[in-house]
Amino acid sequence: MDGRKQRLMVEPRGEVTIVTFVDKKILDESNIQDIGDQLFELIEKHYKIDLLLNFENVEYLSSAALGKLITLNKKVKAENGKLKLCCIRPQIYDVFKITKLNKLFEIHDTEERALARF
Amino acid sequence: MDWQTVVIPSHPNFMGVVERRVLTSLVDLGFDDAQLFAVRLALEEAVTNAIKHGNKMDPSKKVTIRFKIDSEKVSFEVSDEGEGFDYNAVPDPTDDEHLELPHGRGLLLMRAYADEVTYNEAGNQVRLVMKLDQDRVEEGAL
Repeated sequence: MDGRKQRLMVEPRGEVTIVTFVDKKILDESNIQDIGDQLFELIEKHYKIDLLLNFENVEYLSSAALGKLITLNKKVKAENGKLKLCCIRPQIYDVFKITKLNKLFEIHDTEERALARF
Repeated sequence: MDWQTVVIPSHPNFMGVVERRVLTSLVDLGFDDAQLFAVRLALEEAVTNAIKHGNKMDPSKKVTIRFKIDSEKVSFEVSDEGEGFDYNAVPDPTDDEHLELPHGRGLLLMRAYADEVTYNEAGNQVRLVMKLDQDRVEEGAL
């Protein structure tokens, strides 16, 4: 163990890797570095990853988290993988709408719907 | 309530100190989750800008946050010791050509969630005003 707090729950489901954020208010400025590092490590280990990020536990995120998601999306695409998002609460979805990132990311209401689109 | 002041070093780890001070006051006054979310986001974006872009994470520089909560609104003033910036020159991050840039959304979010966002002339102090919805406060809390 490297002593870092585990921020992600990783669950392989068929060809798709589902990542669920563990804490409720993790995606803020003080924790985002850890989360970004753990996500980037995950995709470096899995070439051409099909990745589903589940936001069901996430009650808060700021622009720093959006930046990490954009970088993640670029890295996944660069290796011909796919990234989808699901289960985003209305308050958080508003942030995606305001920034128009709902156009950049493929976002689904439920895990099942997202999995069906890979 | 009078103006309260919090001074923090230029590191994101101190964001929690600011949020605890401000949000605890709002929770005590009975504001609901949506209002707390909006205040937290606008405040965090302002303080993050001050730490990263204003003071450039220089440990010798401080960020000063002044806030005041009254029955109708919450006001913040976030000041850094940097050279300031031209807030009118920040590109629109929602333009298609900028959509994939990993930064530049803080100001947009502040403007979306706060009712007033004003900078001083130098561009190293931002003032945010957020009107509070009295119908969503528990009766007698204020």
